[in-house]
Amino acid sequence: MTTLTVDPVVEDALPQVEPAPAEPEAEAAQKEVLLICYSGELEKTWATMILASTSAAMGVKTRVFVTFWGLQLFVKDSKRITGDNWMQKMMSFMQRPGISHRKLSKMNFMGMGPWMMFKLAKQYNVASPKELLEAAQALGVEFIPCQMTMDMFGLKREDLIDGMGEPVGAATVIGLMTEGRGSAPLFI
Amino acid sequence: MSTLDIARTVDAKGLSCPMPIVKTAQAAKEMPSGALLEVLATDAGSVKDFAAWSKSTGNEIVEQSADGGVYRFVLRKK
Repeated sequence: MTTLTVDPVVEDALPQVEPAPAEPEAEAAQKEVLLICYSGELEKTWATMILASTSAAMGVKTRVFVTFWGLQLFVKDSKRITGDNWMQKMMSFMQRPGISHRKLSKMNFMGMGPWMMFKLAKQYNVASPKELLEAAQALGVEFIPCQMTMDMFGLKREDLIDGMGEPVGAATVIGLMTEGRGSAPLFI
Repeated sequence: MSTLDIARTVDAKGLSCPMPIVKTAQAAKEMPSGALLEVLATDAGSVKDFAAWSKSTGNEIVEQSADGGVYRFVLRKK
């Protein structure tokens, strides 16, 4: 057991109230991560949510650009059919949207694989993607939907969970990666 | 044992990665600067994870110990 003692002089000098946010020095040291959530499968959803919540917990400014199949995770669990025309509706019918209805890319076996994954996760106290998403949102992760995907799948803002950012396009994403100090990008 | 003035304890025993860190960050967010936060965890990766978290966030690890598979950290909010 290692014990470090606190110097009383240092302790007395500590401010008692929250310091003003965004000190110039802290701002200069700001690190950023940009996840691109492209896939809709359960195992990749898990990876996205683990990395997003951890990144925010580490004090890193974290954004997740949500595009193509990734947007399916951010449709409310209660929504069954989305879209305006028959093809968009058919797409959501064939692949149920919502973070709680993800399939595995391998060993799905009509839902048997995901059922076992959730059973094992519970046994080993691994948080579900939904719990991790809620934690990520509470820690200030910004989830940004792709406007083009929303248009193509006929998704509306009210189809998506609360707290999503303003929909943007690819140029904004490249801008985030390259402007200033840039964000470390990860494509999942 | 320590005689530190601990403001809050996060019991993350039994929780897997990344929840000990996530719960710690959530608790730290609500605490004033300088306050001490105690974390109890059983995740074997937490020794390295908390060192990385401390380095990244600037919240100092004041005390650290392991007892019967339970890791204890005392952190000072930056």
